[in-house]
Amino acid sequence: MVGRAQPVNPWPGIGAAALVAALILGTLLAVALRAEAGRGLGPADWAALRFTLTQATLSTLLSVALAIPVARALARRRFRGRSVLIALLGAPFILPVIVAILGLLQVFGRSGWISDLLGLAGLPPLRIYGLHGVVLAHVFFNLPLATRLILQGWQEVPSERFRLAAQLGCDGRAIFRLIEAPMLARVVPGALAVIFALCLTSFAVALTLGGGPRATTLELGIYQAFTYDFDLGRAALLSTLQLTLTVAAGYAALRLSRGDGFGAGLDRAIRRWDGGAVWTDVAWIALAAVLLLLPLSAVVLSGLSGLARTPVILVNAALISVAVAIASTVLLLLLALPMAAAIATGRKGLVELSGILGLSASPLVIGTGLFILIRPLTDPTAWALPVTAMVNAVMALPFALRILLPAARENVQRFGPLAQSLDMRPFAFLRRVMIPRMRAQIGFAAGLGAALSMGDLGVIALFADAEIATLPLQIYRLMGAYQMQAAQAGALLLLLLSMGAFWLLDRGGRWHVEA
Amino acid sequence: MLKLDGCRIANGDFALSADMEISERSTVAVIGPSGAGKSTLLEAIAGFRDLERGKISWRGRDLTDLPPGKRPVAMLFQDGNLFPHMTALQNVGLGLRPNGKLSPDEVAEVDAALARVGLPDMAARKPATLSGGQQSRVALARVLVQRREILLLDEPFAALGPALKVEMLDLVRELAAETGTTLMMVSHDPEDARRICRKAILVAENTALAPQATVDLLNDPPPALRSYLG
Repeated sequence: MVGRAQPVNPWPGIGAAALVAALILGTLLAVALRAEAGRGLGPADWAALRFTLTQATLSTLLSVALAIPVARALARRRFRGRSVLIALLGAPFILPVIVAILGLLQVFGRSGWISDLLGLAGLPPLRIYGLHGVVLAHVFFNLPLATRLILQGWQEVPSERFRLAAQLGCDGRAIFRLIEAPMLARVVPGALAVIFALCLTSFAVALTLGGGPRATTLELGIYQAFTYDFDLGRAALLSTLQLTLTVAAGYAALRLSRGDGFGAGLDRAIRRWDGGAVWTDVAWIALAAVLLLLPLSAVVLSGLSGLARTPVILVNAALISVAVAIASTVLLLLLALPMAAAIATGRKGLVELSGILGLSASPLVIGTGLFILIRPLTDPTAWALPVTAMVNAVMALPFALRILLPAARENVQRFGPLAQSLDMRPFAFLRRVMIPRMRAQIGFAAGLGAALSMGDLGVIALFADAEIATLPLQIYRLMGAYQMQAAQAGALLLLLLSMGAFWLLDRGGRWHVEA
Repeated sequence: MLKLDGCRIANGDFALSADMEISERSTVAVIGPSGAGKSTLLEAIAGFRDLERGKISWRGRDLTDLPPGKRPVAMLFQDGNLFPHMTALQNVGLGLRPNGKLSPDEVAEVDAALARVGLPDMAARKPATLSGGQQSRVALARVLVQRREILLLDEPFAALGPALKVEMLDLVRELAAETGTTLMMVSHDPEDARRICRKAILVAENTALAPQATVDLLNDPPPALRSYLG
């Protein structure tokens, strides 16, 4: 009996998945073989492990604890600018880390706005470096994400339940006990797990705000083993440790989480009748808005003055970043589109694989592995930019698949039989049906991939030599050289570039789209 | 002649048996209770379902192992018969050239088909700007240019109002008669079957029975059909 033909050819997608799997598994193998396990973990390694877990735990608990009242306030209040604020809560996801760090330094740093105010009152300035700085940055990034995840839980409560509660005369406390507490019990574990996994792998935050024996994460340890000691064995050992952590945390996140943080439909306000204290809600929303907007405005304000005199070195780095982002985005689509098409035809194994990719996503570990693999053959620094573009694409792949897959499934299900009965070949179906009908999703995924690549400060730090740098790395170097004004100009440039790339691609995809 | 020879069609944990001959240029209704397998029968003929055993042939040529696009069969589904992002012209053009560009002659043929179904000025319109009846006409124009010898209708007009549905069925009958197409249509409405199809296939109790005169079947229905007709 013939196997049922499919409207799309799954083999390119299977090939793409095999390539990605080979890259990840190959680098992991290289790391594992190179790791000097016999040497065991030294005191500095244990300290790195402890600090990694401490900062991730604190960041996660704070982000989620603060997000619950903010989400509650957003769920039950309707005000002008509410949907803009909720959209803004999605922004930190694509915001370059180094840009946020510069903004946070402007606000909370030693010579930042708050320290200036404290100085007026005769108080000592804030100190942002170390554990609390790392936690602050992580809360800045993850409070919005946690808010969106939890808000989704609130939106999913059927409005009839609130109506019933109002009918029964429940007060706020009773509504919490009857409706909201069970919902939170369902949603919060997933949010905790996702954010914990993200905090484990955020290299750039630890690089800029951490450091020293008391504030070094595992990833930072990998980087230092590379750049300061060139101790590949130790880098590989730490990579193995980091990998164990991320896979465990990623697995938990996959198990516990249900939705994605950037889903649609979050702008529906729930009608409820219990009133509640307006001013506490206002205070929570204002707190979240200030935490989000203050550092961003700081970047814009302080960058503007330097932007007119942007050093050539930054312009060159920006051009490199744009080129890397373009290459990375093209590669991302070349991998994600065929994979989405193959999964849509029912290749379940690929779904699993893409989940595993998300789990083992630590660019520093993959970077270490690639470095070990490339070094015997040729000079790794010559490969800094291609490797960066490739690793960025692989990191963005799980997100891109999440965006593309529902649309790909719908098109295959809805139009597959028609295409087959018309004798349309798989390539024609892809070109004339799938791609035109998925333009909006392709644009969104491409925008996300381009922005993430543009702002990435990870694997490039391992590979680059003094001659070459992407814009985020150049900004980091300027910060290290205490050229803050140039760094701030670079941060504004990077903010404009990555948000601009996202906007352009996302808009381009939705241009003249019809049902 | 379309021949289903000892066929057994599996659909999940449900299987339908069919053994029948359908003569060329006939119009046959497929009737029976919901969930009995009317669509399954059509999908097997169109090539969307595998046979567990048996074979399907047309004019003596074995179709069993051919993919849907290589069979002499055009099918209209309950929905999804047009690509929403393409114009009427492009949608109909797919019937001639599913994989390439239309030549000027082919464009003229598409225009003629659109004119034949009563939409001479609608070539540039997209489905969303057409009424339900007009969308059905575009799909029929495509069937016309496809020139397949068998046309299967799996209730493509179910969403239309009663008057419009009758209008569409009359158009289908006209077109089928003009082109000598063999027509099989799933029908939930006994009146449709009576009006359009002299013969009818009853699908009930995991079996599709050979075509018999529609009038006889409906006037003296077997028990399975009687409880369905009420």
